[in-house]
Amino acid sequence: MSTPLQALKKKTNEALGIRPEDAVLSKSYLLVAFAALLIGGILGLLQGLNRAGLLDLPHWFNYYQVLTAHGLLLVLVLTAFFTIGYFYAALSHTLGGLLPKVRKLAWVGFGLKMAGFVLAVIPILMNKATVLYTFYPPMAASPVFYFGLVFIVLGVWMCAFGCFIQVANWRKQNKGKHVPILAYFATGVFVLLFFGSIPVTIEVFMIIPWSLGWVETINVMVARTLFWAFGHTLVNIWYLTAVSAWYVVVPKVIGGRRFSDTLTRVVIFLLVIMNIPGGFHHQIIDPGIAESVKFLHVFMSLAIGLPSLMTAYAMFSVFEKTAKKKGGKGVFGWFKKLPWGDVRFLAPMMAMIAFIPGGAGGIVQSTNQLNQVVHNTMWIVGHFHLTVGMSVVLTFFGISYWLVPYLSKRVLTPKLNKLGVIQTIIWSAGMGLMAIAMHWVGLLGSPRRTSYTTYFDNATALGWDPYLLFLAVGGTLLMIGVILQVYAVVHLMFFAPKGETEFPIAEEEEDAAKTPYWTERWGRIIFVMLLVIAMGYVIPMVEFIVNAPPGSPPFKTW
Amino acid sequence: MKMHLDEKIWLIISFGMIIGFMLFTGYQTFVLGMGPPSHMETIDPQKVDETAPFDNPGVYQIGEKEYEVVMILEVFRFQPGEIEIPVGSTVHFTMTSKDVVHGFQVADTNLNAMVMPGHIQKISQTFHEPGEYLVLCNEYCGTGHQFMATTITVK
Repeated sequence: MSTPLQALKKKTNEALGIRPEDAVLSKSYLLVAFAALLIGGILGLLQGLNRAGLLDLPHWFNYYQVLTAHGLLLVLVLTAFFTIGYFYAALSHTLGGLLPKVRKLAWVGFGLKMAGFVLAVIPILMNKATVLYTFYPPMAASPVFYFGLVFIVLGVWMCAFGCFIQVANWRKQNKGKHVPILAYFATGVFVLLFFGSIPVTIEVFMIIPWSLGWVETINVMVARTLFWAFGHTLVNIWYLTAVSAWYVVVPKVIGGRRFSDTLTRVVIFLLVIMNIPGGFHHQIIDPGIAESVKFLHVFMSLAIGLPSLMTAYAMFSVFEKTAKKKGGKGVFGWFKKLPWGDVRFLAPMMAMIAFIPGGAGGIVQSTNQLNQVVHNTMWIVGHFHLTVGMSVVLTFFGISYWLVPYLSKRVLTPKLNKLGVIQTIIWSAGMGLMAIAMHWVGLLGSPRRTSYTTYFDNATALGWDPYLLFLAVGGTLLMIGVILQVYAVVHLMFFAPKGETEFPIAEEEEDAAKTPYWTERWGRIIFVMLLVIAMGYVIPMVEFIVNAPPGSPPFKTW
Repeated sequence: MKMHLDEKIWLIISFGMIIGFMLFTGYQTFVLGMGPPSHMETIDPQKVDETAPFDNPGVYQIGEKEYEVVMILEVFRFQPGEIEIPVGSTVHFTMTSKDVVHGFQVADTNLNAMVMPGHIQKISQTFHEPGEYLVLCNEYCGTGHQFMATTITVK
């Protein structure tokens, strides 16, 4: 039971909104995230124009430099800073304000990450780290780039520890109670961030002495496998963040109630448990991994599909129930009762719709033989622009229309809501066009991560050009979308009318069954997660190390 | 924990679909021999030129309408390049990289394999249709990555 002091704290929290110190923290994280969106978006447009054959990039800022920076800014900075800013606001709101030491940890993390990004970006701009964000050895960037990555990871860990301390403190004072659902999501996300970044940290510590010349060679397959153990986990961290808004926030925005609390928590810890070995599906056509191991990993990858399919059911069930309560009729007629004109609903809804083809494509390309058809083609680029660029990022945009005014104690005006609706439509159209063209041209064989080329006027390659034009069209629409979105965030943070904005958290159904307490046993969940990681990684890792070929020296091929 | 009937049906279909993909993948891999390229042999990446068979890269006829191509990938070329083979030939590619990670992809076929330094990779294809096939590197390998290409002419 909560003490009177806590009840009082909770009440003041609700009455006064977020504490100013906590608001400044989240606002700072969000500002960095949207600054990264702006710069990363401009770089994306440059790439789209280049791939369409419309723009030659200068040698002092070539396609691969642009691509390295685009990847780093959008898949690391935008997503990580948004996720942390959002979940720290949620922790503050649902657990009665951040503890002073937790807030301090988050600021230390902020500083470490910013220092890390500066260290990583300088060599990229100087063309000394044109290794793309996957930095596969034996390509070797300037050691400064890798030092930057170490700082970024340390910064993320500070935020993870902060979350664990905050949640542990709350649990100590609320014995026997369930952690509020958004804090439960935050715990899952930070558990994944912490454990998922351990492999890439080991990789970077293998690379640093080698890039400094202290060690002559490196084991290429070990490095690559460690990278994807992290890389794929990161994907599901963004996804879990987006899903938290789908389960908890969207039902409130449409005036409904949450789907079963138990099932929500089951989905969260299933995603946590099954995630990390999924990285192997990036290595389906690699040498040095036996067919039997790859087959085991088909299951490990496809298993992640199950919680996603549970989510799909849950969302549409909530929509139907809420719309029918409002008088919606028929099998599909109730769709009209959903608040399509409210950006806080429309943006995440478009995100969910994009996840239907996005998720289906993911299942298809995890299947070994089909993966061989599309591996490293533009299809893959289309896939992750649909999943990350739409499902995740549009959800983040949708969140920003209430989270930013909640933090800045301002309100979303009808005019700005309209701008948000237009932004969502432009973004969906741009990303949709681009993703369809990318999938299609990938099936025809056009490779990813390659600057514009006709391969010496080869007829097959020339046949791809009409599809690649859509990358320029999509990129241009998306650039307009980026500008509108950044304008909206800045406006809501500094200029919108003053007022109170609610942190929307939907209630459970009145007749909801009690959630069993075993869902709170994070020790067990982490233990099973480590077991699954061992199942996935022990055999191939031992193989890579025991039967390792002589290693590779560093190369600078750019 | 109460669950509606339609939710149970949905979850059973979902689970069945995932198992279905598993079974198809397994059948194709272990019964039809269509597994993804997964060769296990290794090689010293700094001694590729001196190690058989890569000391003599080239196209070798090993049977009636059957060829082996011993190929080295390096920045930014395929060696040998501009391969010619008769229609209906089955070609077995044996590949390795002398430097960074490369990708071996032939447009309009299912040929697609990662080629890593230190590892030998193998993949096969029967060319039933005549024509000029575009061979390209599909893993970023440096400044000239977009020029790393050659052709296979089938006639």
